Amino acid sequence: MTATLPSMSAISVLPSKKTPIIFSVLAVIVLVSFGLLGNSQTASFSLTSAGDAFSLPDLVFPGRASNIVIGVLLAALAAYSWMLRAKGRVLPVWAVAVGAVLFVLAFLIWVVSGANINSISLASLLAGGVVLAVPLVFGSLSGVLSERSGVVNIAIEGQLLGGAFTAAIVASVTQNAFAGLVAAGIAGAVVSLVLALFSIKYLVNQIIVGVVLNVLVSGITGFLFTTVMQEDPELYNSPVHLPTIAIPGLSAIPVIGPILFKQSVIGYLMYIAVFLVWFGLYKTRWGLRVRAVGEHPKAADTLGIKVNRTRFWNVTLGGIVAGIGGSFFTLVAIDSFTKEISGGRGFIALAAVIFGRWNPLGAFAAALLFGFADNLQVMLTIIGTPVPSQFMAMMPYLVTIFAVAGLVGRSRGPAAVGDPYVKE
Amino acid sequence: MKLELRGISKAFGSFYANKDIDLVVDDAEIHCLLGENGAGKSTLMNVLYGLYQPTEGQILLDGKPVEFNGPGDAMAAGIGMVHQHFMLIPVFTVAENIALGAEATKAAGVLDLQVTRKKIREISDRYGFDVDPDALVEDLPVGVQQRVEIIKALVRDAKVLILDEPTAVLTPQETDELLEIMRQLKANGTSIVFISHKLREVRAVSDVITVIRRGQVIDSVGAETSTTELANLMVGRAVELNLNKEPATPGAARFQVRELSVVNELGATTLDAVSFDIHEGEILAVAGVQGNGQTELTEAILGTQPVAAGSISLDGTELVGKSVKQVLRSGLGFVPEDRSVHGLVSQFTIEENLVLDLYDRPPFAKGISMNLGEVKKNATKQIADFDVRTDNQLNPASSLSGGNQQKVVMARELSRDLKLFIASQPTRGVDVGSIEFLHRRIVAERDKGTPVMIVSTELDEVMELADRIAVLYKGRVNGIVPGNTSREVLGLMMAGVSAEEAFAQADFATSANEPVEAQPVPLETTEPTDTQEGEAQ
Repeated sequence: MTATLPSMSAISVLPSKKTPIIFSVLAVIVLVSFGLLGNSQTASFSLTSAGDAFSLPDLVFPGRASNIVIGVLLAALAAYSWMLRAKGRVLPVWAVAVGAVLFVLAFLIWVVSGANINSISLASLLAGGVVLAVPLVFGSLSGVLSERSGVVNIAIEGQLLGGAFTAAIVASVTQNAFAGLVAAGIAGAVVSLVLALFSIKYLVNQIIVGVVLNVLVSGITGFLFTTVMQEDPELYNSPVHLPTIAIPGLSAIPVIGPILFKQSVIGYLMYIAVFLVWFGLYKTRWGLRVRAVGEHPKAADTLGIKVNRTRFWNVTLGGIVAGIGGSFFTLVAIDSFTKEISGGRGFIALAAVIFGRWNPLGAFAAALLFGFADNLQVMLTIIGTPVPSQFMAMMPYLVTIFAVAGLVGRSRGPAAVGDPYVKE
Repeated sequence: MKLELRGISKAFGSFYANKDIDLVVDDAEIHCLLGENGAGKSTLMNVLYGLYQPTEGQILLDGKPVEFNGPGDAMAAGIGMVHQHFMLIPVFTVAENIALGAEATKAAGVLDLQVTRKKIREISDRYGFDVDPDALVEDLPVGVQQRVEIIKALVRDAKVLILDEPTAVLTPQETDELLEIMRQLKANGTSIVFISHKLREVRAVSDVITVIRRGQVIDSVGAETSTTELANLMVGRAVELNLNKEPATPGAARFQVRELSVVNELGATTLDAVSFDIHEGEILAVAGVQGNGQTELTEAILGTQPVAAGSISLDGTELVGKSVKQVLRSGLGFVPEDRSVHGLVSQFTIEENLVLDLYDRPPFAKGISMNLGEVKKNATKQIADFDVRTDNQLNPASSLSGGNQQKVVMARELSRDLKLFIASQPTRGVDVGSIEFLHRRIVAERDKGTPVMIVSTELDEVMELADRIAVLYKGRVNGIVPGNTSREVLGLMMAGVSAEEAFAQADFATSANEPVEAQPVPLETTEPTDTQEGEAQ
């Protein structure tokens, strides 16, 4: 059996026009709107914040000139992309990344140079972005844990909200922030247990249970907020906050110091949790089994792995993680609990799960991107941009939609996600 | 290890899938369970493997009664199973799949795949498997995936290996290799329970053949039993294995496919410049191992798969670019490969299913309403014509057995005036009695002058029906050969060898006067195409 057919003849089906078109449009926007019609003032980005060990010089860009240069670069990328497509190839990933960075830079230069204050602190932009990303990261880890085992977790929002509420009330009553943190984890787990019970044991559609849970948690916390918390805010809604711990020396490094070494306990926990979930899922026996259960539960079953038990504990663990993430709202970020304090971030976390392709590191990166967009919006409103603040407020959500729909396209999740496992 | 089943019964509700089954598998014995689809073979093995709990009866290993509460228990006791649908996780590597459930770990549950890789290499070398522990399972051909399954069982020290319909997905050559592996395993002391309904393989490799019908053991016989006898035992009545169809009288080429190419959503070419003709009054069988472009070919003709390049013409009319409805209206009768998903709406009644593509025109449609009387009349007639076994035509299609469901699909498609008839896997999962009936209907359609295309992965079926055979390999037509081409040649072509080369190799094997693989049973006495094979050689 040595003779085989000659290799496949190539069929001329050109790759999609999506990427070249997007790059062409971006190039035009940057060149014309940001460059030629842009502001001639400079935009300066400071890299240093108070308390740094040494200071770096500010980055200063002349508005119009820089954007014309960037616009030309983007146009070159677009042309390269068209040329590759004509040869039946697609733009390499690094070039897409370079293009995205260039566009973001052009946008920042344009906004800052046209604002009332032509200066923005890049250091606090990044640090603040990480802070805003914390609940998103925890939420997306909850989604990863649950969906990797095969259960759709729409209830992240409810888990975050439940965690935030419980943390607030427990930390207020006990006057102990750590008690609030633990209680938040328990609250998240309780929300998850309901999800696990109905979707795994009673085979109710997982998406419906998730949606109902979100509404339920929102209703309960809203009710208790008005009937209990507002009656005596001193006693029930003045949580003790978790301290911010700065690691001496390291926290004084410009830009990365505040991000990595000047965080609340929950912030440090976030880095640990991302690593642990990643390591657990990909390097341990537990993770291999969890992924098997989410991909092909019957195969796992024939090897003696308890499918539903694995799913049950994973969903619960996810709830604990998201609950802790929710406590960030009331124990770190905001003084006290208010209705709907999570504000839809559970759904953004869900988008981060998909954008991150069900990988803890990917979800982490996606959550950071969303957090960064959120913070940028806040900071740009402060410096007074030419863009109306309402549009700025939409930015995190626009980034989410474009990221999930445009850049990811069809990503492949765990094969058995959403299907309850029933033994015949 | 000696395995004994005593009085095993398994009931689902009031239905007994297995009734009072006794079975003894001796140490280092290849024991075949022969029976039709739905006879209860797989149920019995799932009981043995701990996936089902028996309603009654006992399992004994080396004389000691055992009880399995799950597959884990069965594996611990030394029973391994290769399922018909592989229990492999496509996105895992070979090593990960094999480690799963019995992982070697370092401290704190950290995986140690190095240990697993070593074990895989050991077994792989001993049996000449040639399996790369770090390959992703989804990238491997089916034959190799099956070896991964076998390694999985051997790593767990299986003394009894259950192979559930292992040859369904293999080329004839891969099948021969598998039979050889089975003999090696036996020589190393492993007992094998081999489930199959293919008489040729069963006779080639088994020590003992136990025939199961309707959940009961009919008889245990030796491998020397003739194919006709085995078939009669399996079906329960005398079976005509040979169709003895009249030779074709082909007319003009009515259906033409030219340079047809299909690219899937991942950008891979699944059908590559395929060209062929089908003449009036001729059956062209498309042979090939599953997944070599058959599905894409039929779907491209029907219009449910976008065509990247090429043309499809029926009586001079171009079909590419037309809607499915237009294609059907131009005279295509289409039996899809998966009847329960694409051929029937299983919750609809048999009546409704019989008019699924006719409901909107006379006599079944009347303005905007349907003429239910005609639908009823049509059903009564078709059910009688096609011998569909049901007590009520208002039953849902899902209540029918596989064979009867297929008769409903076939009856519906053949009830129109056809200019082209395409049937994919027309008898997959159909009992032997119905196979005979469906085959005669297909031949009858040919004799009416309709060009017929049959797509089948069952070589027996291809050889039975074909006037000409087109072999698909990796999306290309690897030669079109006469209908009486030998099994060996077809097998080589299905594995990618060109037609000329395949004929040359087969000739060499025959002239050297020995079969390609040393076989206890010579290939010449295979069923059900003895006469055709005789003619070919």
